[in-house]
Amino acid sequence: MTEPTARSEFLAGVRAELPLLLGVVPFGMIFGVLGLAAGMPGWAVVLSSSLVFAGSSQVVFAQLWGAATPPAVTVATVGVVNLRHLLYSAAVAEYLRALPWRWKLLLAYLLTDEAFAAALPRLRDGPATAHRHCFLLGTGCTLWAGWQLSTLAGVLLGTAIPSGWSLDFSIALTFIALLVLSVQRRSDAGAALIAAAVVLPALVLPHKLGLLVAAAAGIAGGLWLRRFDREAP
Amino acid sequence: MSETTLLLTMAACGLVTFLIRLSFIAFGHRLPDDPRLTAVLRYVPPAILGALIAPEIFLLGGAINLAPDNPRLWAAVVALAVAWRTRSVLATIAAGMAALWALQAVIG
Repeated sequence: MTEPTARSEFLAGVRAELPLLLGVVPFGMIFGVLGLAAGMPGWAVVLSSSLVFAGSSQVVFAQLWGAATPPAVTVATVGVVNLRHLLYSAAVAEYLRALPWRWKLLLAYLLTDEAFAAALPRLRDGPATAHRHCFLLGTGCTLWAGWQLSTLAGVLLGTAIPSGWSLDFSIALTFIALLVLSVQRRSDAGAALIAAAVVLPALVLPHKLGLLVAAAAGIAGGLWLRRFDREAP
Repeated sequence: MSETTLLLTMAACGLVTFLIRLSFIAFGHRLPDDPRLTAVLRYVPPAILGALIAPEIFLLGGAINLAPDNPRLWAAVVALAVAWRTRSVLATIAAGMAALWALQAVIG
């Protein structure tokens, strides 16, 4: 069997990411509309999608900027919202270890929720061939392009998208699909349920800290529930 | 605030986000062969996704709504069932949005 080429890995990554764009594109358009509504100039809304490149934290940024929040608080809050990427970085690091710096910098920049979720099964379970990082490049570039274009489209459309369409719900639906794909054992489902139950009361915590507290509770719960899994842990 | 402040604040946010993403990749940390650590990382995706999904369904206009007349709850149940059967992101979003629109038309 021949080893996959850089090109074939990249294209496989693109194909793995494309369905996720169905949820990402409406989110990008909503962010475009929302950023303008928060009082950001159009160029800043579009620019934030390449400078920050992390959807939910961009929404938080727009809200905070609209409320004239001190820059230091805004930066700290965005950092907290994006802290979960630390775990993604840890999860892919061992697969990218042998790469030169320019690859590490590029793939770190592209490491979003959706690019990570679509690429991890390939990196973790697929063959350890020379060009497997190109799969992550494929998912990352696809998401990047979709995110830039949809933000731009949202800014151009302005407020023309009626809120009655509830397109923001497609974010939750994307997460639901990703969740089901990530659940292989009972304890995986347990971790998700515990995190979901904890996050609602934890929302009173400032600066989206509730999200991290709930995730920690879910992880702890999943670890404890491992003993009830059928397979060996 | 001035547009310069806006640009600088945004650039700082981008840098912080990039450094978080680079952290482990930069040091090339192979995860230690500690099964406890691998076990912890295994539960990160489902736990974070669970924590992200719940507010999208139950938090409406700043208030938590656990009532059964919440159309997003039932649309999410439909999406969950479709995701389970098809394992398709596309089918999940299509079914979930269709369910939400149908429920909103009925419930109002």
